[in-house]
Amino acid sequence: MAKHDLKIDIRTSPYIRKAPTVAQIMRNVVYALLPLVIYSVYHFGISALALILVTTLSCILTEHFFCTMSGKKSTILDASAVISGLLLAMTLPPGFPLWMGAVAGFTAIAMGKTLFGGLGFNIFNPALVGRAFVQAAFPVSITTWTPALAVDRFSEFIPSTLALPFMHPLPTAEWSARVAIDGFTGATPLALMKFQGIMTNSYDLFMGNIAGSTGETSTLLILVCGAYLIFKKMLDWRIPAAVIFGTAVSAELFYLLDPLKYPTPAFMLLSGGLMFAAMFMASDMVASPVTPLGIFIFGCLVGFLTVIIRLFGGLTEAVMYAILFGNAATPIIETYTQPRIYGARKKNQDKS
Amino acid sequence: MNLFNLFGKKSFPHGIHPDTYKEQTQAKITRRLPFADEIIVPLAQSIGRPAKAIVFRGQHVVRGEIIAEADGFMSVPIHAPVNGTIKAVDIASTAKGGKQPAIIITTSLNSGQQIPDSGEHCDYLQMSREELVKAVQNTGLVGLGGAAFPTHVKMAIPPDRTIHTVLVNGCECEPFLTTDHRVMLEQIDNLLLGIRIAMRTVAATKAIIGIEDNKLNVLAAIKLYLPDDGTITIEAVETKYPQGAEKMLAYSLLGIEIPSGGLPSEVGLAIFNVATLAELGALLPVKQGLIERVITITGDGVKKPGNYLAPIGTPVRFLLEYAEFIGAEAELILGGPMMGMPARSLDVPITKGTGALLVLDKRATKGDDILPCIKCTQCLQACPINLNPSELGLLAAKRQYDIMEEQYHLNDCFECGCCSYVCPSNIPLVQYFRIAKTLNRERHLQNS
Repeated sequence: MAKHDLKIDIRTSPYIRKAPTVAQIMRNVVYALLPLVIYSVYHFGISALALILVTTLSCILTEHFFCTMSGKKSTILDASAVISGLLLAMTLPPGFPLWMGAVAGFTAIAMGKTLFGGLGFNIFNPALVGRAFVQAAFPVSITTWTPALAVDRFSEFIPSTLALPFMHPLPTAEWSARVAIDGFTGATPLALMKFQGIMTNSYDLFMGNIAGSTGETSTLLILVCGAYLIFKKMLDWRIPAAVIFGTAVSAELFYLLDPLKYPTPAFMLLSGGLMFAAMFMASDMVASPVTPLGIFIFGCLVGFLTVIIRLFGGLTEAVMYAILFGNAATPIIETYTQPRIYGARKKNQDKS
Repeated sequence: MNLFNLFGKKSFPHGIHPDTYKEQTQAKITRRLPFADEIIVPLAQSIGRPAKAIVFRGQHVVRGEIIAEADGFMSVPIHAPVNGTIKAVDIASTAKGGKQPAIIITTSLNSGQQIPDSGEHCDYLQMSREELVKAVQNTGLVGLGGAAFPTHVKMAIPPDRTIHTVLVNGCECEPFLTTDHRVMLEQIDNLLLGIRIAMRTVAATKAIIGIEDNKLNVLAAIKLYLPDDGTITIEAVETKYPQGAEKMLAYSLLGIEIPSGGLPSEVGLAIFNVATLAELGALLPVKQGLIERVITITGDGVKKPGNYLAPIGTPVRFLLEYAEFIGAEAELILGGPMMGMPARSLDVPITKGTGALLVLDKRATKGDDILPCIKCTQCLQACPINLNPSELGLLAAKRQYDIMEEQYHLNDCFECGCCSYVCPSNIPLVQYFRIAKTLNRERHLQNS
């Protein structure tokens, strides 16, 4: 009978699987970010390009370094470090000194990711950890915005970009005044709102004809890129939806209280980094809740905190802290929002 | 209320849509297999207590004769699948892993397909419910859908419960499997008789046959035979895995949830697999026992995939040679690709619960590295029970098995495999859960 000598491979079920790999998901996020990268380079010129390259390289090298140090296989091929680098660059002002960008990239991966055990274990969104660090370390540079669409942006660096490490970056005010074309100033819509009481109109906000951080200016492009990932099922639409919902409701509340003093919900949604953060930052899989109700609460919390910090805090950029706070709250949100299982019985047998 | 039913197809939340791979065999008429030279009949083929062998070495047995008796109520007898001589009552390799007590029969060269007619017949309409339960036990029937739960135990409804509906499970949601499909087409009379016997045994007035909507030819065929009084109906449900899990089917058809840790009878349901009821209709009236079953042999590792009527106890090696196995390296799976068991050797026999022999020539899944959970929530969106496999997996990695059970409903997991199927990190979640359950059981035994 033993005609065939058969080598049997023993594993346990299920024997079939259909899932994108982690690396595929991460690569698709990178693809989705590329249009934003290109737009920001078009918008802000070679300074933005240099900044993006520096933060991304810094993130990759940091990850590689720590993997080597701890004797692990390098994980840079899963592209998650690239995402952190790109996300980080997108949130920084285009004229941000490059060496500070490198510091931000290092901090993002070192303090935000490898410290906790690498991909899958980070409590906070690494890119935001990097940004929070440089926000505290270099408060002036990170709030110095330069005009978009400067004439010589493809041939000339923004003066502050090439600052030497630990040196004072060159002031940009004069340069900004020189290169600014009509209607563009270095001040972001949020700063205009907060300090001068000027509202930018929603159309400009939506299209991105404004000053701001490298990648956060065009809401339209952000929505399109996010839609690609949602279509590929590699981004959970519920998170951006909940953040937008939370922001809109909170802003509407204040707007109803005093329409003269507080901005409209549309302005809140379209200004600053909110759209970008909602789509690409808050939706960081690892640092956000997994339970359906938890996702909703997380999003609303982020939206609400953003509005509160923007209206009553000393900072113009609020969404970063809102998300970091949301990340910190994630474990406790999850604990109290476990899904109701099929056939759950009412109040019993929970002996724990 | 089942909101799904408001929007078209009857279904349940979550689940997955794997490729069905049923085209290879679904149109193939069931063919009878010849007898293997040696038949290995394990004594433990179902949930509950193993049967007690009542034959001795050298004894001649006749096809259909009882060779092992039920050991108490939670046990079923075993009948001889072939004419032959008892070679040994010993231990043998089984699909469950390890060696288990088994009766080994050397098939007589003149073994025929006939089963000696005892001349005894029973009319189920003249029998009481208790007599029916006893008669069902005597047939040795267990759930043929894979769980192998003794059918008569399911039919013995506690006196304080009433059953309003018998659900007849013809979903066959596992990819590759087509045995139920064939049974429903080829044994409609037996099936309907079996349904009537089951309805009478559990005192239900209604029966619904549920099939996935990829088998609409079955729906059309069976509809012609249904009684006009509407007591037995057939309904299509969405083709989605694991539609054939009884909890899912109950929800899809009736919007009823079977309570956690409870039995369907708690909510007035009795749920049986179609093949089980078809066998019941064939065996009970003539007082015979279960000695063979339809099995799908398929996969890209065999030249002659098909549906075969195989004697219980036929070794896998025999089936493989009959279906013309190709290649030298394979994954050999008893059952479907989502919940089946690996065959550890070619000498393991098929048992009453084995619905398929799947031969995958090359790995359908890549042996990727296991990566950390990235909390993508895909598993939460796939779990039909609405568990949190992500968190359960993290707890399993930390060996916090007690927390898994007490706070995260580990025991509600029925190991359908959806979470492992969708996991981008390739985490063997179901395997983690099986280990956790086993260790918890051992811990509870030690503590008690």
